[in-house]
Parts: sequence; C-alpha cells; structure tokens
Amino acid sequence: MSNGNQASDMSEGSSGDEYAVSVPEGRGRDRDADGEASTIIESRDLSVWYNDEQALQSVSMEIPEKRVTAMVGPSGCGKSTYLRSINRMNDLIDAARVEGEMLFNGKNVYDDDVDPVALRRRIGMVFQQPNPFPKSIYDNVAYGLRLQDRTENLDEKVEEALRKAALWDEVKDQLDQSGLDLSGGQQQRLCIARAIAVDPEVVLMDEPASALDPVATSKIEDLIDEMAEEFTVIIVTHNMQQAARISDKTAVFLTGGELVEFDDTDKVFENPENDRVEDYITGKFG
Amino acid sequence: MSGDSSTEALTRRTQNSSRELLAKGFFFGCAALSVATTLSIIGLLTFEAAKFFSITAPLVGIDGPTATLTEFFTGSEWGLQGPNLGVMPLVAVTLMVTIGSGLIAIPLGVATALYLSEYASERARSYLKPALEVLAGVPSIIYGIFAVAYITPALDALFGVDGLFNVASACIVVGIMILPMVASVSEDAMQAVPDDLRQAGYGMGATKYDVSTGVVVPAAASGIFSSFILALSRAIGETMAVTLAGGSLAREFDPTSLSSYLSLFDPESYLEPGMTMTAAMIQLLTGDVTGGGLAYRSLFAVGLVLFVITLGMNVLSDLIARRYQEDYQ
Repeated sequence: MSNGNQASDMSEGSSGDEYAVSVPEGRGRDRDADGEASTIIESRDLSVWYNDEQALQSVSMEIPEKRVTAMVGPSGCGKSTYLRSINRMNDLIDAARVEGEMLFNGKNVYDDDVDPVALRRRIGMVFQQPNPFPKSIYDNVAYGLRLQDRTENLDEKVEEALRKAALWDEVKDQLDQSGLDLSGGQQQRLCIARAIAVDPEVVLMDEPASALDPVATSKIEDLIDEMAEEFTVIIVTHNMQQAARISDKTAVFLTGGELVEFDDTDKVFENPENDRVEDYITGKFG
Repeated sequence: MSGDSSTEALTRRTQNSSRELLAKGFFFGCAALSVATTLSIIGLLTFEAAKFFSITAPLVGIDGPTATLTEFFTGSEWGLQGPNLGVMPLVAVTLMVTIGSGLIAIPLGVATALYLSEYASERARSYLKPALEVLAGVPSIIYGIFAVAYITPALDALFGVDGLFNVASACIVVGIMILPMVASVSEDAMQAVPDDLRQAGYGMGATKYDVSTGVVVPAAASGIFSSFILALSRAIGETMAVTLAGGSLAREFDPTSLSSYLSLFDPESYLEPGMTMTAAMIQLLTGDVTGGGLAYRSLFAVGLVLFVITLGMNVLSDLIARRYQEDYQ
C-alpha cells in the first residue's frame, strides 16, 4: 500500500499514518552529493497583496543555484504568486502590491533602479498552458534572441535550444511550420526551448505539466532533470509525486500564503517538521 | 404507477405540436423575406442595367438608345449631355477617395486600437470606446457639412484650393468616418488574442511595445485586415459626405493610358474637385432625369458596378479572415 498510492488520489483513501506520497526509490535527483549550492534567489519577509487580500505572508526562503526547487501546496496558497514575484510578473496585475525583498544574486529586484524587462531576460518562464506564439517553430525559439539583438549564429542557437528541450529530432524538418501545429507536449517543450534559448540563469515553471498527458509529463520531467545541470529551476506543481520525483528542495505553502516548510525534498516528504505539512502530504487535506 | 400512463407520457410528441410548427414557419418566413428582398434588389439592378447596354438591351426588349460595353468601360468622360458614358472617370475618383481615406484611417485606426487594447487603463477604455462608437453614429450629412465648412477652408489655407469642392477634403472626411470601424474591429481582434501570449512575451523580457507590435498585432492580423476591407468597402459606398465634399464635376480619365493611372497617386490631383460613382448617381437622381431615358438607365449600370466592387471586397474580407485565422485551442 505504501508505494501504490498516487498523488492524484490525495483527496481520498489516505487512512492511517501511511504516506499517500512516497519518495520513489532510486530517483534521478541526487545532486546534494555535490555539496551545498550557493544561493541565487533569496526572499526576505516577502508579502504580496491583491487589493486587500494578502496572498503571501512574510515569506523568507533561500533558493539554491542549479538545483530544482519545487513549490507545492493547495490551490490559493500563494505558490504561483511567489513564483511570479521572482521575475516581477505580478507587476502586470494592477491590484498587486509587494512588500519585503526578493534578492536575485544579492540585488533586490524591487529596487527602483531594477528594470523588470532586463530582469525577465535573465529569469525565463514557462507557463501552465503551452503558449507558443502563432509563428513558426524557428521564430518562436528565436523570439527572445531577436528581442535582445543577439542574432549572430541564430541557426545554431535555435538548434541548440531545441536539442536541450529534447524537441530537435521531432521538428528539425519542419522548423518553418507554425508552433501551434505541434501536440500539447511538443508545444510545452517548444516553450521551454524558447525560454532557455536566451541562456537565462533561472527558469520558472508554473505547473508546466498539468495540462499534459502522462507520457508528455514524463518527458517534461526528464527534461527538468537535465535542465538543472545548467539552470536554476523553480517549479510550481500541485502534483506531490512530481515534486518528490524531480526536486532537490521542496517548499510547502499552506492556505493563507504561508510558507510552512522548506527543506531538502527527502526530508519534507519523509520526515516533515510541521504536522500540517505531514497532514497535507499524506492527503488529510488539500 | 401504471406502465401504460408512463409509456404514453414518453410518446407524446412535442416537436410537431401546432405551436412549434407555427413558430418555425414564422421564423423561416422572416429569414426568407430578407434573403428574398436582397435577391430581388440584385435582380432588378441587373435587369435595369441590362437595358442600358446595347449587347443586352434586345434580350430585355428595349430598342431605345443604348451604350456599348466599350464606351462604358473605356470612355474617358462622363457626362449625360453628349455620348460620354465612360464609367471609369467615376471609378477613378472613387478609388482616389478610397486610397486617401484609407491612408488616414488605417494607420490612425490601428494605432487607436492598439492604445485601447494594450495601453489604456480600464478607466480610459470605458470612456474612449463609447466615444469612438458615437463617432461611428454621426450621420454622414453632418460629416459632409463639416468637410465643406471646415476641412476645405483649412486645406485652402494650407495648399490653396479653388472653390468649395476637392477630393482631398472628401478623403479626409471619409477617413474620419471609417476610422471608428477600423479601430473598433481591430480592437476586438486584439482583445481576442489570448492573454497567455502576452504573458509569454513579457516573460521573455519583451517591452509593452514589443508585445503589442510583435505578438498582439500578428496574432490579430486576420481581424485587423478584415477591418481594413470593411472600412474601405464603406468608403467606396459612401455617398453624402463625398458628394458634398468632392463636388459633382466629372473628371476626365482615360482608362487606356498609363499616365492617367499615375495621376491617381499625384497629390496635386487631390486638390481638385471630382465626382465619385455615388455622387454621379445622386446627380442623376436629383437632376431632371426622367424614367426610361438612357441617363436614367445609366444609373443602374453605375449602381451595378458599385455593387460588384463592394461585394467583391466583402468576399475578400471573408477569405482573408478564414485564411489567416489562427487556431489557439
């Protein structure tokens, strides 16, 4: 029983003290053996409001470089809000207000002299719904490079990004076809290629596999594992199994925008400090 | 519960009750009426125009004066006093008004749509969009008076024009008239672009300008092109304002010579009066043209040319919309 339950069944059948989610044996992520990574993103007492409603409560967290950090929690817990406050995508929402600090390489991104456009060129993002532009596959990947006028050796860079996104072999003969003609899973890998083509330092992923079927999901997960060699990956997911499979660190947010636990993934899933986290990951609520 | 009554309840037919049939018949009648009206107008237009041409007149039993197709389509003058029945001088001025008003309305309309859709705050939008729609609702005679009373004097002060009427004034006023259509239809197309695409753009470090011009406009291209065609089609058919602003003096235009086509793009020629197809039809109707004569029948021939052009534009608009429609789902 302890290894048969699926995360998608969290809402039911989790009787007793057995974990609904178990950390799979022999999973790919075991980078902690490399030693401690340095911190690339750090929030200090970060709070976010939408109008009068507080979405994040004084969240402090240090996110390690070139690791996969997962953010999990029930709907409305603020995990996506946290993700979007890293690259200031919340700026696009008029009602959003931020307090506290979000440090990227030691610099508070909410300082007056920080240009959110420049920030987003170093922190890429992949969204829940695959959202390729209605342009060719090639133009989708080249979009960010052209924005930044980095068009020398464009063909090579596009190919490299598509290879890193494990999409090259599937699309190399149809680069001039519309990105919208691809399947959902391919579209999402195209979006990943688009994000990593500009060599960002961090890639934010907001439930990147939740709209995909299991096979496509598994490809995205493999990809995330490889991406961590080169990039810092921060992924929001509602799928506990997925967080356990792919992440080095896991942050658990609970309703009200509170960060209740942040630790190595093994620790969070096997021996959480906080009783509410244990209840959440064993499926007692959420 | 008895088996019989429940079976009866299941088999009672509601689809063919008299009320349903009556309603269906009534709605069909209304739909059929509008189609029938359109078809009869087209039929009558064609039938009356057929009386005008020498080649078709015998078919509809007319043996009065007629015009040949060659005269009509290659004649370089329009005038009912002599045998000057060339439609091309009228088509040429209509084309000038279309080009001129398009040059004004298309850039301004798209820019307005971009502002409303991408830049304006919710509050600004709530004032500007209705204002734009009011502009579209102003009767065209008001635009015509405005052109004669204000635009022509302004043009006179700037470039010096003779008299009250000139094509430039018509272009400007029709441009103002069709601008709301370009802006409104383009804005609808831009609003229909999924927000996901904007987010993708901003997430890549695009500026608002990058997202507006590089993501939203291409994604909304089919709707934006449709707005151009619809607006130009309106410009071609516009009557009151162009008659007042452009005047009713037919120009000379030789459809067989290249230089006359080049004159369509000569700014100087816009400062002179000119008569469009619609203005010519107004003149025919308000003049002392009596039923049955050649002049009277030419009205229908010009009308048919106008109809074919606007129909063609609308079909083209449909084709473009269908061809370039992006499927986001």
